[in-house]
Amino acid sequence: MTTAAGYRFSLPFDEPVEQLEDQIAALRALPDADRMGEELTQLETGRDAMLRKIYSSLSAWDTVRVSRHPSRPQTRDYIKMICRDFRELHGDRQFGDDPAIVCGFGRIGQRKVMIVGHQKGSTTQEKIRCHFGCAHPEGYRKALHKMQLAEKFRLPIVCLVDTPGAYPGMKAEERGQAEAIAFNLREMSRLETPIVSCVIGEGGSGGALGIAVADRVAMLEYSWYSVISPEGCAAILWKVANDETNRSAADALHLTAAQNLKNGLIDDVVPEPLGGAHRAPDRAGEALAAWIDRSLGELEDVPPVTLRRHRYDKFRAMGRVGTVQDDPESA
Amino acid sequence: MSTKPPQTWAEISEAAKRAVPDGTWIHCPACNASLFHRALEANLWVCPECGHHFRLDAVRRIETLVDPDSFEPMDEDLQAVDPLSFVDLKAYPDRIKQARAKTGQRDAVRTGHAYIHGRRVVLAAMDFSFLGGSMGSVVGEKIARACEAAEAGDLPFIIVSASGGARMMESGFSLMQMAKTSAVLSRFHEMGGLYISLLADPTTGGVTASFAMLGDVILAEPGALIGFAGPRVIEQTIRQKLPEGFQRAEFLQDCGFVDRVVARGDLRAEISAIIDYTGK
Repeated sequence: MTTAAGYRFSLPFDEPVEQLEDQIAALRALPDADRMGEELTQLETGRDAMLRKIYSSLSAWDTVRVSRHPSRPQTRDYIKMICRDFRELHGDRQFGDDPAIVCGFGRIGQRKVMIVGHQKGSTTQEKIRCHFGCAHPEGYRKALHKMQLAEKFRLPIVCLVDTPGAYPGMKAEERGQAEAIAFNLREMSRLETPIVSCVIGEGGSGGALGIAVADRVAMLEYSWYSVISPEGCAAILWKVANDETNRSAADALHLTAAQNLKNGLIDDVVPEPLGGAHRAPDRAGEALAAWIDRSLGELEDVPPVTLRRHRYDKFRAMGRVGTVQDDPESA
Repeated sequence: MSTKPPQTWAEISEAAKRAVPDGTWIHCPACNASLFHRALEANLWVCPECGHHFRLDAVRRIETLVDPDSFEPMDEDLQAVDPLSFVDLKAYPDRIKQARAKTGQRDAVRTGHAYIHGRRVVLAAMDFSFLGGSMGSVVGEKIARACEAAEAGDLPFIIVSASGGARMMESGFSLMQMAKTSAVLSRFHEMGGLYISLLADPTTGGVTASFAMLGDVILAEPGALIGFAGPRVIEQTIRQKLPEGFQRAEFLQDCGFVDRVVARGDLRAEISAIIDYTGK
């Protein structure tokens, strides 16, 4: 698969599929391609069967790799696909404009919304500008500023989460990375307008949660969401991050969409097209738009005060604790 | 000031052992002075030679902060479960058992009512020696309940943070404690409650990025490491050494994120004065 940056990229477990894709493309390029209909259909059926087999049993670590596929659609791609009349709004009114978080007015279906999403960058230049989706404090402050604007005019908020984590650098620390995220968590819990948030790729820790305290939280099928990246976890708990320990950490963290749903930490899983969103971005966009539409539909008639009470109750109830009485041995 | 903060679990547990060393003579890690145990204790575990603030476990923290024998603990029966059956090089339940045996604590925070210079407060004191003071469901729940108790009693709420961040072994559940504690503090804030956040060495990660940075007044002990990312992670990102004093309490005050750096011996007077100013 050729990426936006113009290089070929395939995940190791996708290689047999890529070979078939190459054959299909070669056949299609032949001058008498229309006479190859039967062979083409056969190859395509084979490819789909192969994809179904690979993607129905992806390991947690392989899911993480799909979530980072360079051709996977990002916030700006989804905005182009599902949103009309997007009016980007820049800047946090305090320090600057962080390209790692994109905000703006837009129309999704019949609704006017405020969109807030991490942007990792597609080309090398954009990736560097966006710090690979790792936002600085001004990004989180911009996000909150635009969310408060939405609240003032009763626009629902749509957040798209896609970050390995908030940026860990000197400037970010000096400008209060922790305070910026903490303040978002506190303020999002009390905004009086509907908030829906979907993890579209990577949901890394506090940097993800900083725009994910929402009435409805979903994950795309092959995204991940966890307290730390598998590599970070492996480096600390397994003392070294390599392919083997990354796999173990990814398993241990229960970071897949299905696992987060099972644990009650998210509300929905948005299915992706066969073989992942990068194979058919349009259909991923349609699925995402359908989820946004349905979720906002469920929330639109809820009085704002009730809305925020429900949001509060939902996050207040999260966590699993026991007592000494459950486990007398530990007394 | 003190040496570079620990990053790996092995280092953290070593550092925790150093935090309150046993034995009659104690070595100051900052100035190498040999200090008599009793003298150090009488000085609230601050080196009389150089002012280095030793790390305190929750029990000693409470002893040094509140009026004698005034602490009434709450929710002492809460303890961690292992919702993900998490196993790394060790199983999570084994880590918990070891931490309990080492610290005598059930988890990484103690909460309860207390008096500070005669003013009734709700206090939460984190314990860095318990799995690096990491926040899992128990820490989040105890902080939330303590905040609710402060709200119910219209009392000042004080959290002494000392934590490496969210607890990895509860993954998403730990992450959501950041949202939970922030939401509870949001309500407390709206109700007009006074929340004083005291940052002790070290306060990093998900704890800093949630309740620790949400204080109406944020105090820090001298030299405390305070940050979002740990120093080693930042050094890996920027591929150079961090300057001396980076992410220390005084630096945070210069950057505008800490109201006051207060020496341990002055904390009681400081906190009671703030309570009086706010009329709580």
